[in-house]
Amino acid sequence: MKKVRLATVWLDGCSGCHMSLLDMDAGVIALAGQADIVYGPLVDAQEFPEEVDVTLVEGAVSSQDDVNRIQKIRARTRILVALGDCAVTSNVPSMRNSIPVNRLLQRVYVEGAQENKGLPVDGVPQLLKQACPVHDFVKVDLHVPGCPPSSQVILGVVSDVLAGRKPDLGSKARFG
Amino acid sequence: MPQRVLSIRIDGELVSTTEGKTILEAARASGKYIPTLCYLEGLSAVGACRLCIVQVAGIDRLLPACTTPVQNGMSVTTKSPKLAEYRRIAVELLLVERNHVCAVCVSNGHCELQAMACSLGVTHVRYPYDYPKLPVDMSHERFVLDQNRCILCTRCVRVCAEVEGAHVWEIISRGIQARLVSELNQAWGDAASCTNCGKCVQACPTGALSEKGHAVEEMVKRNDNISALAVWRGVEA
Repeated sequence: MKKVRLATVWLDGCSGCHMSLLDMDAGVIALAGQADIVYGPLVDAQEFPEEVDVTLVEGAVSSQDDVNRIQKIRARTRILVALGDCAVTSNVPSMRNSIPVNRLLQRVYVEGAQENKGLPVDGVPQLLKQACPVHDFVKVDLHVPGCPPSSQVILGVVSDVLAGRKPDLGSKARFG
Repeated sequence: MPQRVLSIRIDGELVSTTEGKTILEAARASGKYIPTLCYLEGLSAVGACRLCIVQVAGIDRLLPACTTPVQNGMSVTTKSPKLAEYRRIAVELLLVERNHVCAVCVSNGHCELQAMACSLGVTHVRYPYDYPKLPVDMSHERFVLDQNRCILCTRCVRVCAEVEGAHVWEIISRGIQARLVSELNQAWGDAASCTNCGKCVQACPTGALSEKGHAVEEMVKRNDNISALAVWRGVEA
């Protein structure tokens, strides 16, 4: 049987959803038999490949770089899954949303800095005005809330999606 | 004078109740579940959250079960795809109106709004979030008011007025500007009429009112004793 091409993406999040993904113990071995992980923080690929079957997105969309990436990922993915509260609701990254970006950067990198005071300019993407959920930018096929979603929820969702079933999250996954 | 016994149908099942009861009371008395957020047994009902909406045969708009009195022969539907959709919308609109960041809330895991979203199958919100800038009032010696989590259910307003008799809480402004305030919009810590009883905190369904000294997930509330006290004192007229 042809293996499913699975990718994972880390936008504005804490990597907790990826930790939860790894936390499924022997479940990872079962998954490895059905899917190749073709892109993500856990593998080496530098460029998001073409024709990915399933992509799990962790994190909110917070910068122009995130916008560019998620649009490219959407175009190259069959089933896009928003994994965890940051991707689904923008969660903790959204706590900056009522503060103007300039004011925020000034507070953190100038007033709050012990040394090298000054706004970062080189090699860092421009922040958006607000951090927003993934579905504000591209079509999302499945939302999996949780901070993070438990490894069992992730395993259930991924197993269902790989098998072509529509996951029934029912009352298993909640915000927070 | 004995109250008149009425017969109504709830989801097709014949239920006996008495005149003056609401649809919600009749349903609960016969073991039927209707979701609620702003309702708390023993306090007056206000129909603020719209979670308890039901369909009544012959009426083409949805009615809140907590404030609609039963009428003889009434036929009530409490579950349908249409009701499920409108209840999800009600929860989603509550979630976009304030900053309900569950992951860093004192009530995470013990929150009625969070549990309601989960039980209704709300996995995401289809409307744009408002991200309002809202204050947190830490001025009270023992308690905290976090406007970011408030859903304006007014359980605190009612428990304070109807059970404690202190009338500390009130809602000011209208619509999206509506806010919970203590005593003529002063800091809670300066509210001379507050008796520090904490009933508002226990009645609050979310993390809007909490006890100081609790970190994320640590604020567990009890409101069964509020209902018991209210019923015992005959608050429910």
